[in-house]
Amino acid sequence: MADRTMTRADLTEAVYHEVGLSRSESASLVESVLEEISETLATGEAVKISSFGSFSVREKAPRVGRNLKTGEEVTISPRRVLVFRASHVLKDRINGNSASGRGF
Amino acid sequence: MTKSELIARLAERHPHLSQRDVERIVNTVFDEIGGALAAGGRVELRGFGSFSVRRRNARVGRNPRTGATVEVGEKFLPFFKTGKELRERLNMKDGED
Repeated sequence: MADRTMTRADLTEAVYHEVGLSRSESASLVESVLEEISETLATGEAVKISSFGSFSVREKAPRVGRNLKTGEEVTISPRRVLVFRASHVLKDRINGNSASGRGF
Repeated sequence: MTKSELIARLAERHPHLSQRDVERIVNTVFDEIGGALAAGGRVELRGFGSFSVRRRNARVGRNPRTGATVEVGEKFLPFFKTGKELRERLNMKDGED
């Protein structure tokens, strides 16, 4: 697994094995989970998944930047960015299993 | 929105599923992502974002209160990069979705 990137297909397969749904329904449920989270974040509301982490939306103020090639000043518009904070459970899990016995 | 609220909203959206099944689905999704990261892997969910693990090298730190030096071992931190589509959705005006 470590050599391969996990995708929706792998999540679908896991849901398929875990619950007695068809593959296509499993796929649509995986999509629904991501969609529900995305919709909530798009309204500016944070999403907290216990023992995994939280996603929150941060407002960035407008600022003046510079086009590095031409040197002209440009205004970088105010924007919202997503911030993910991993929970301690997830951090511990990553360090418990991966800090030892890894190739680097 | 908390995990239990997410489960409730999904159950509403999929009325033919029991709340218990929805709960198992949500737990499976996050457990799988966590497992892939714990195995040192990456998770890429197009349009949503990707999860990866970044390594922090061992360093010598200081206890800010006592000033004593402490060895901080190498560690791994989960990292999330927002996908293009979600990043754009965050910046749409409300109701434009």
